Amino acid sequence: MNSKQAAYPYLMWTVVFIAVPLGLIMYFAFTDMQGSLSMDNLIRAGRYSSVFIKSIWLAAVSTALCLIIGYPVAYLMSRMQGIGSRTLLMLLMLPMWMNFLLRTYAWMTLLENNGIINHMLGFLGIGHLNMINTQGAVVMGMIYNYIPFMIIPLHSVMVKIQNDVMEAAQDLGAGPREVFTKIVLPLSKPGIKTGVMMVFVPAVSTFIISQMLGGGHNQLIGDIIEMQFLGNAYNPNLGSAISLVLMLLVLMCMSVSGFLDDEGVEERLL
Amino acid sequence: MKWYSKTYIGVFLAFLYLPIMTLIIFSFNDTKGRTFTGFTIKWFVQLFHDAAALDALWTTIVVALVSSVIATIMGTAAAIGLEKMDTKLKAVVMNLTYIPIINPEIITGVSFMLLFVTAKKWLATMGIDFQFGWATLILAHITFNVPYVILNVLPKLRQLDQSLVEAAMDLGCNPMQAFLKVTIHEIKSGIVAGFLMSLTFSMDDFVVSYFTTGAKHQTLSVMIYAMTKKRISPEINALSTVIFIAVLAVLVSVNLLERRNEKRLKQGSLKWKGGAAR
Repeated sequence: MNSKQAAYPYLMWTVVFIAVPLGLIMYFAFTDMQGSLSMDNLIRAGRYSSVFIKSIWLAAVSTALCLIIGYPVAYLMSRMQGIGSRTLLMLLMLPMWMNFLLRTYAWMTLLENNGIINHMLGFLGIGHLNMINTQGAVVMGMIYNYIPFMIIPLHSVMVKIQNDVMEAAQDLGAGPREVFTKIVLPLSKPGIKTGVMMVFVPAVSTFIISQMLGGGHNQLIGDIIEMQFLGNAYNPNLGSAISLVLMLLVLMCMSVSGFLDDEGVEERLL
Repeated sequence: MKWYSKTYIGVFLAFLYLPIMTLIIFSFNDTKGRTFTGFTIKWFVQLFHDAAALDALWTTIVVALVSSVIATIMGTAAAIGLEKMDTKLKAVVMNLTYIPIINPEIITGVSFMLLFVTAKKWLATMGIDFQFGWATLILAHITFNVPYVILNVLPKLRQLDQSLVEAAMDLGCNPMQAFLKVTIHEIKSGIVAGFLMSLTFSMDDFVVSYFTTGAKHQTLSVMIYAMTKKRISPEINALSTVIFIAVLAVLVSVNLLERRNEKRLKQGSLKWKGGAAR
């Protein structure tokens, strides 16, 4: 038996379940309801440019905050040893394994107008704050849900930085600032790249977080797509056109950041 | 560690756990409100008598198991074949393999929906009734699971010492026997890791399931989504508590097992060293 043949069932599978569905998105994007060629959908998709910009902006803000908050956590974890680091890693993974919807729902109950945070604020004599259905709530939800995707790749590159290297730099006269900018930061760059992509892609395309925490007037591009397929606005042709634009956008971000070109893509995706 | 580092980690963990802990605390709350009025377990009783919830749990488990088993078999076979393929075709297939991983989930979900809607129309013209349900869920889940199996198995195959396989064949194994007796043992850890990853991704998935589920059977995630639309439903809190405890139990036992294995390995090597010294 030729062992190449072992891959044939999967080859067929990729064609039917990966290539054809993507082809269908293209087909639907460039045709109208009757199936004749049309550019209308793409033109109509262009009308949602403000939603696209808002999605990119909120996702970018969340990604930046995830990096700023998560970087020290990953670094401190990487300098710990034995039981401490293992327990901490487990504590970090635990919420990640909880259902995504439950985690977002938890924030809903916290941020609501008659929610728990407002109850406590009232108790302390501070009047209530309007937190739910704001952009801030959406960013909060994105950070909470996706920050483990930032910390885990950062941690996995940082554990490889040996203390010896940092000590050598110190011996040669580098202060803490220089040790950071000349040793830690450059060596953790691959982790930053992966983390940024792993947070940005789900954040820019989410529809759950914006729906649950953003209310009706904070719709993101994911919500618009969802509405075209399963909502009242049923229009798979327009939905496909918007999906196509979103897909190209994500691919563009990835190629700009160089996420896909160098070696080790496999490791980074796991 | 310095005190400010400890504080930082502490504050971060509080941020991670505060929302989950409030869900858990309120799953024991007597009333539906946002203030704690009294202890009860009635929401748990209600949850375990909810036929829809139990059906969703069953669907989630069946879909996860079936799709992970098929994905593991197909993915392992694919990795073995890909390893032997010429680089050009391999590159094409690998690029297709990355697509479900790097594409936004919503696009994967939508593309499956288009595929199944088209298939449904097409089959209807031939008089075959095709409905969204377990089949569509399983097909979709297999597709997003296979890449993880391949990515886990390929590096193990690359590390595999080809001379071991050749030695087995020199000793009279045919290629199939050599595969079953040598290769499979060498790549076992990758296969298991791929399977477990598939299982967790499948059980946790919402977006793809949302676009491919039928009217009859829902997965747990899709059911939770419907529940969140009602805003206040204490059953969700109860479900969170159950899931949290299940996840905690799995993680702790995996951790303990690992630690015990490590200890045994260490002890084993110590004993061996002691024996050699004597």
